[in-house]
Amino acid sequence: MGKMKQPLLIKKGAEASLYLADWHGRKVIMKKRLPKKYRLPKLDEQIKTYRTNHEPQLMHEAKRAGVPTPTIFLVDIKGATIIMEFIKGKQVKQLLDEISKSERLYLCLKIGELIGRLHECGIIHGDLTPSNMIQNSEGKIFFVDFGLGEKRKELEARGVDLHLMKRALQSTHFRFAEECFNAVIESYSKVLDAETVKNVLDKIKEIERRGRYVAKRKGEEE
Amino acid sequence: MKRKRTFKSYCLGIESTADDFSVGISTFGGEILANVVSAYIPPEGGIHPREAARHHAEVASKVLKEAFKKAGIKPQNLSIIAFSQGPGLGPCLRTGATVARALASYLGIPLVGINHCVAHIEIGKLKTGAKDPVTLYVSGGNTIVSAFDSGRYRVFGETLDIALGNCLDVFAREAGLRQRVGEPFGAVVEKLAEKGKRLISLPYTVKGMDLSFSGLLTSATNLLKKGEYKLEDLCYSLQETVFSMVTEVTERALAHTEKKEVLLTGGVAANKRLQSMIKTIAEEHDAEFCVVPSEFAIDNGAMITWTGILAYTHGVATPIQKSFVKLRWRLEEVEVTWVR
Repeated sequence: MGKMKQPLLIKKGAEASLYLADWHGRKVIMKKRLPKKYRLPKLDEQIKTYRTNHEPQLMHEAKRAGVPTPTIFLVDIKGATIIMEFIKGKQVKQLLDEISKSERLYLCLKIGELIGRLHECGIIHGDLTPSNMIQNSEGKIFFVDFGLGEKRKELEARGVDLHLMKRALQSTHFRFAEECFNAVIESYSKVLDAETVKNVLDKIKEIERRGRYVAKRKGEEE
Repeated sequence: MKRKRTFKSYCLGIESTADDFSVGISTFGGEILANVVSAYIPPEGGIHPREAARHHAEVASKVLKEAFKKAGIKPQNLSIIAFSQGPGLGPCLRTGATVARALASYLGIPLVGINHCVAHIEIGKLKTGAKDPVTLYVSGGNTIVSAFDSGRYRVFGETLDIALGNCLDVFAREAGLRQRVGEPFGAVVEKLAEKGKRLISLPYTVKGMDLSFSGLLTSATNLLKKGEYKLEDLCYSLQETVFSMVTEVTERALAHTEKKEVLLTGGVAANKRLQSMIKTIAEEHDAEFCVVPSEFAIDNGAMITWTGILAYTHGVATPIQKSFVKLRWRLEEVEVTWVR
């Protein structure tokens, strides 16, 4: 894996641990998927290999779609480890609580555009939450953690992706979740063609109704 | 004369969201005096809401009498009536609500409508001593990962289609298995899974914090019909896959909220394999693992009773004209006035 000086654990996520490390004189993030003791070893291996394999591919394709993602330096499938560029900046999750309303809307408009570009290119992020977006000092927004991502163009996949973003906003930024999500949708709508957007928005509504115990369920109209 | 609310005050709670009709009686101090459950077991197929409601109407007076007898009090001793107002099956909810309204107006005491999901969390906290947990609530009707934040129980992850318990139940029925009183489908599948050895690959569907079980169920059912695999191995693989999925989401909620307790509740909480998985993640995040005792993890009247007391003593009451049932009442819609 090359020279590596004392990696520093910066985040112990549920799925992987992130280390800040020095790699050939470069500041990098080392993402290591640790074995999950609760899962059977065979299932654990399958999930880890699949995600370690797919994540860098999707990150690379996202770049091609015009969505900034950290540059991948090394992928070690056996060790379930990815070494990638360290993005210095702030999580959008933190930013949303700190900035003014107009800044917030501007930020959400930018995010909506990026999500639109991903979907346009058939990339589903799989875990669109404000904590998986980082803004650097130049104001560029990077999308990270494509571990649950997929290559798909179906309305269902796109709808679930946006639904997750909405849910993430509701659970941690409930005070301004609605205005944020509306801004995301506003700029998302400018990237994809009108018909697709309409269908995706209908799909989101359908997904919400399909959920347990929502005010209106699938096939019901008031 | 107005009765004073002291430790001698009692609440009666009625639970009837799905296949169980249950009555609980408790003191305002949280001492559960009675928790009587009558389960409706369909002769075949799933729960037919109207048939279940008919069962509830038939057993209501018997269950009420038994609860009063166990608690050793008279209806006149009651201070409030609580009932599960939703979410759940319409006919079942209406049957319970009708009994609750009749009792409250006959006795001239307040009625309190309770959210079934909130009640599962509150009784779990009472019974395990958890203060502020991440809760995994898994049953035949619900699969929800939640935690308290700013006045409400926020939903962090949930199923996008069917509930985990439902997935196990339908698979068991498709396999021709039978359930009995005291041994629901989940327990039958668990027993078979213990004998399974071979892990068969099934779709593992985690979407962000949310889950999907319907495709997995179809896939498992198709494999079952092919007849190439042993039922034990299929049960084993089904359990391992669905439990790994909910555990992954629960762990993420735990990492995200940094809470120090994990509460496991709902009918599926009785499963030993799921318990061991959740216990493992709790230990890894330095959190305490709390599992609700089976009697209070399944649908039960005591949880409605206890939550009714919490709500009523914090200013919540439901006038009869507003006591209509709410079939799709979401957990996060409830203002939890009694926490902090």
